[in-house]
Amino acid sequence: MKSAPTCQLVISGVGGQGVLFITRLLAEAAISKDLPVHTSETHGMAQRGGTVVSHLKVGSFASPLITPGRADGLMALKAETFFQYSPYLLPSGWAAVNSPSPMEPFANAEAVVIDADRLATEAGQPKSVNLMVLGFFLAMAEKKQAASHFFCTEKNIRTILENRLQKKNPQLLESFLSALEIGVMAAG
Amino acid sequence: MNQEHKKELMMGNEAIAHGLIENGCSVATAYPGTPSSEILSAVAAYRRRYGLNTLHVQWATNEKVAFEIAYAGGIAGLRTAVAMKQVGLNVASDPLMSAAYMGTMGGFVIISADDPGPHSSQTEQDSRMMAMMAKIPVLDPSSPREAKEMVALAYGLSETFETPVMIRPTTRVCHSRQDVQPEGVLPAPQKPNFKKDPPRWAATPKFRYQLHLELEAKLAKIADYAPTAPIFRNLGRNPDAQGKRAVIASGVAAAYTEEALKTLGLWDILPFYQVRQPFPLHTAFIENILSQYETVLVLEETTGIIEMQLADRHRVRGKQERTVPCVGELLPETVERLVAEFSGRAARLPESVAVRGRRPTLCAGCPHRASFFAIKKAAPRGIYTSDIGCYTLGMNLNAVDTVLCMGAAISQAAGFYHAYRHAEKPPDIVATIGDSTFFHAGIPALIDAVHQNVRFVLVILDNLTTAMTGSQPTPATSIGINTESLVPVDLESVVNGCGVKFLEVGDPYALADFTALVKQAVAFSRENGPAVVIARHPCILDRSRSESAHTAVTITITDQCDGCGFCLQHFECPALISVDEGSRTQVDPLVCSGCGVCISVCPKGAIVEEK
Repeated sequence: MKSAPTCQLVISGVGGQGVLFITRLLAEAAISKDLPVHTSETHGMAQRGGTVVSHLKVGSFASPLITPGRADGLMALKAETFFQYSPYLLPSGWAAVNSPSPMEPFANAEAVVIDADRLATEAGQPKSVNLMVLGFFLAMAEKKQAASHFFCTEKNIRTILENRLQKKNPQLLESFLSALEIGVMAAG
Repeated sequence: MNQEHKKELMMGNEAIAHGLIENGCSVATAYPGTPSSEILSAVAAYRRRYGLNTLHVQWATNEKVAFEIAYAGGIAGLRTAVAMKQVGLNVASDPLMSAAYMGTMGGFVIISADDPGPHSSQTEQDSRMMAMMAKIPVLDPSSPREAKEMVALAYGLSETFETPVMIRPTTRVCHSRQDVQPEGVLPAPQKPNFKKDPPRWAATPKFRYQLHLELEAKLAKIADYAPTAPIFRNLGRNPDAQGKRAVIASGVAAAYTEEALKTLGLWDILPFYQVRQPFPLHTAFIENILSQYETVLVLEETTGIIEMQLADRHRVRGKQERTVPCVGELLPETVERLVAEFSGRAARLPESVAVRGRRPTLCAGCPHRASFFAIKKAAPRGIYTSDIGCYTLGMNLNAVDTVLCMGAAISQAAGFYHAYRHAEKPPDIVATIGDSTFFHAGIPALIDAVHQNVRFVLVILDNLTTAMTGSQPTPATSIGINTESLVPVDLESVVNGCGVKFLEVGDPYALADFTALVKQAVAFSRENGPAVVIARHPCILDRSRSESAHTAVTITITDQCDGCGFCLQHFECPALISVDEGSRTQVDPLVCSGCGVCISVCPKGAIVEEK
């Protein structure tokens, strides 16, 4: 029997970008697959434009915080946060970074970039940077980690969004799904 | 009741709320404060979801009021709860100390959320110390799931011993999420049944002595109460269980300890006890630990409450002899290092990550930014006292000199006035306080300032909500937490009722007019006494209100901009950015809210509306 997948992700950005929202989508995807999950979030004053970070741990963990050097992946919705949080990555870990230009590896962490600010502006969805980076990250994860097993896919996230919004706000759902898709396409 | 019993992703605060409604809570009250705020919002959400119409849920004016409302329900025989953050418990400490003596009939649970770090608080104080001082039991959950289970434990404990019980979660429990199994809801079933007993419920000092004796007797029994006893977490896995060393942990530190023991390969070797009731620590546990082990490591946040109850101190490694840091959050990497060192292993850890992020700032379009800009114009060399809320961030604009605690802006302004009263040139004093904070603790201070004729200006930053903690209503709001109609309390009437002779209301978005108003108030205060300006504009995060209050404009920067940096330094809006020092300011369209206030800020007239 294959052992249950485990995964530790750091998601960073600044207040207002929707770091908590995509963390929650990933955690709900884990629950939908009956996987144990812990997340930790930043609330309060830091949400006023300050650095916001969340940790996501899928698998048999006891606590919500990731120990530095143990994260499988990092999503940086603001490029500057890549430098702050890349020390959380395992030597084999990698980061998806929202940046207009390629990033040099930092502390040996590899970064793949998506210019989500530009894509979001072009798509007329300035608030959807978070979902674009998420789509991009999941598509890259599928490419990079085809051999190992990542705990969820972009399709799982679509399902979570559909379950949440299909009845309540189909218009919003459509824009969310298109943002996710733009991110996936950016992964090539 | 047909309920789905699927696992849900629950925030710790939601799990506590679900625990309350699973256990028949009839009255739940709170004043918002990070990291506790979502507890009451979640109780209200579950009330709607399960149709629990007899459950009374309300925000109160402050924590003391919230406490007393819930406590009265408790002595009337109902199960009740009050939630707050740790510094809120300071405000409620007066009724807390007294309620401990008198006890309760129905289960009464106090949830006081601590913030080691601190992430969003003035202090790192440990609410368990307050429980110890009050002499009530306290439970310390390690995860959202356990926090929910502890609500049931707390009600059982409270009713068995007729005592208030504290649950003390920390930020990493409150603001973490976990897959949690919701259990069946117990609709508030109890009938109120207040039995008059003046020697108990209105005790005079003579009876208080008796109650104190009874309280001590209760505590001794609580320290022997089996359901809350410490758990031997790796029982049976330890060939070395009779060894010389053991680890004791509580709260989220217990979760870190479990992971550290597993990572280090010590789970089957080093005995590990989780304390769920740090005070009073179980008497038998203290005896067993000290007789079985030569040395114990104690891991807890934030103060060494457990370790100070372990009699033989020289065998304890913890905070008192500085093995464990006694300042700041206990992070998993620290716990792993401490466990490794304690057991003679090498911890293979990368260096701790010193993360210095972006500092928080008032939102783009925040009306407070405009108010602060006006205050600095009107009283450029003033002393600026301020208070607890988003507007504490006015310090980025050099418009906030002091922040002490809820309501202190006004009393500290008075203190500065008295201190400088006989100085040759007394400074202008301008206090800023939010609407919710004013209702919470500002009113007695304003009455004092009027009575003493303190010459200062009070600017009430009225954004019509409790913004910092997530837009809870204030007493001036006409809708309550359950979307029910409530009686709005008129802010102007309250200020007038305090006896203030100068009261004006202005919209800080109209920056020039508003600045003139503050100048007028400063002039009045110099000659006469307290002057109050209400700066009224809805919070930008309250979209429905802010959009109807103002039509967004598109901002552009003209060639007039010479990169002087005035707007960046003195207005500090996150939507105004400069690529290099000295280069022209740019507008970040993803961040700009279109408030247009910056148009009046630029001394060169280079910020204009794009037509």
